[in-house]
Amino acid sequence: MSNAVDRVQAPFGTRELAIAATEEVGPYRVFSCMDPGGPAPSAGQFYMLSSVARWGGGSDERPYLPRAISVLAAGDGQLSFVVEAVGPGTERLAELAEGDWLRVLGPLGKGFTAPPSGARALLCGGGIGVAPLAILQQELLASGCDVAALLGFRDRGHAAGAEFLEGAQVATDDGSVGHSGLVTELLLAELDRDAAAVIYSCGPPQMLDAVRAISVASGVPAQLALEAPMACGYGACYGCVVKSADGSYRRSCVDGPVINADELAADWLEGTPKDGH
Amino acid sequence: MAIDLCGIALEHPVINGSGTFDVIAARRVFGEALDTEFPFSAFVSKTITLEPRLGNPPPRLFETASGLINSIGLPNRGLAGYLEHDLPELSSLPVPLITNVMGSNADEVGQLFEALEGCTEIAAIELNVSCPNVKTGLDIGSDPAELSKLLGSVRSKTSKPVIVKLTPNTANVALVASAAEASGADAVSLINTLRAFAADPSRPGKAWLGGGTGGQSGPAIRSVALAQTVAVSSAVSLPIVAMGGISTAANARQFLDAGALIIAVGTESFRDPATAAQIRDGLVALS
Repeated sequence: MSNAVDRVQAPFGTRELAIAATEEVGPYRVFSCMDPGGPAPSAGQFYMLSSVARWGGGSDERPYLPRAISVLAAGDGQLSFVVEAVGPGTERLAELAEGDWLRVLGPLGKGFTAPPSGARALLCGGGIGVAPLAILQQELLASGCDVAALLGFRDRGHAAGAEFLEGAQVATDDGSVGHSGLVTELLLAELDRDAAAVIYSCGPPQMLDAVRAISVASGVPAQLALEAPMACGYGACYGCVVKSADGSYRRSCVDGPVINADELAADWLEGTPKDGH
Repeated sequence: MAIDLCGIALEHPVINGSGTFDVIAARRVFGEALDTEFPFSAFVSKTITLEPRLGNPPPRLFETASGLINSIGLPNRGLAGYLEHDLPELSSLPVPLITNVMGSNADEVGQLFEALEGCTEIAAIELNVSCPNVKTGLDIGSDPAELSKLLGSVRSKTSKPVIVKLTPNTANVALVASAAEASGADAVSLINTLRAFAADPSRPGKAWLGGGTGGQSGPAIRSVALAQTVAVSSAVSLPIVAMGGISTAANARQFLDAGALIIAVGTESFRDPATAAQIRDGLVALS
């Protein structure tokens, strides 16, 4: 095994950070904290988050485990995250107010890789999955890359998440904002226009699988940020595996969360947990 | 807090539960800090089997009140892969290495014992007779006679200390522990996960986990683990490695007071990889 460092490494153990600011954006909750003891993450990396107080005792007497949350923005020692309250863990995180304490481990995982020079970056995201694409867009724009953002949402309310990125084309399932239909239809139109691109994608598993299929069929490389439920985030529990093209299981926490589309098995979606637990 | 476990010198009484910490992955994530701040006084490998195992299909985890149910399925590279890839990395750890093995019969366990015999990097062997996720482990560890038969035929194949990891999924764990003691075990470790079922919230009657049933761990099982530690401690004079939902130094102290020589941290490391270091430091403060 190579000992080359392929990621921003995390301090060993969790640390406690005070929430400095919060903001409601449609159904989403954004919160920020100063992280003087942590390194700056790269786009696509994530943190394991929990609240220092009252983590547990929600619905089903949960949460127990921390939640893996992608970083939305980072800079000057500050970290921002966005959550949508869909279960006991994200419900508690969404309650946190200024001055409350967050427990974090990270940055974790392997993030996105920059496109080859001259290639356009097509950012294709859905729902809460827009978060890692927002920090990626900032990194790519700063490096002078040509970036297009294509974002899909359920409805007008959720489409508020488009504001996390600059100049995004939006699609909604119900047609209430932007293109009526799937974000992958916007992606296909962009590829028709110019296929010299790299696709970067994060969102619901079904959307990621559609992007994977487009990438495999078109030969346009795609980097997919997976969102598997996980217990630890650092390779210990072996719970967050996805099936890869060679038939083996890869841990999305340490071998991902960003994985190339052609490295996933065609039937990787089978067994992927549904939202809500 | 130095301790002698079957002739192995340990700096303190906190180790990891098998399969709950992956040093090789953790080095990628934390870099050198892992080795300089290593929280355990010995490292127990995940379970190694003769042949490679892919593990169970996902989903593999289900969060419960105060814990989780897992159905991981003992993924590992197999004996040859362990010796070639994992052992060189594990041998550079700053603490003694205990290798956990499992076989479905005496022949397989015997082959594993013999193959590890020449590995001077390995201080002791932990024998998994208890994983509820895999049919092979269950019967041996739940039946005193089966366990005696297995140990009797393999014990002579290694000169290393053998720690038998007991299953809690048995009628009388003290009888199984006594059988292990009578058949040449040098220590026992307990408890493994409790057999558990996660119901799929959206498909009535169906299993959530890809492997079907799973094993419950976490603080939810701590009182069961403590009861079994008390029972085994009064039945055998072997050193006991106790685990099961230990989250704090105060928890650890209760297991030591119940007769354990060593305690192991497992699920709580998932929430914070440095938990074992806090427990170690907390035990010093309590003593």
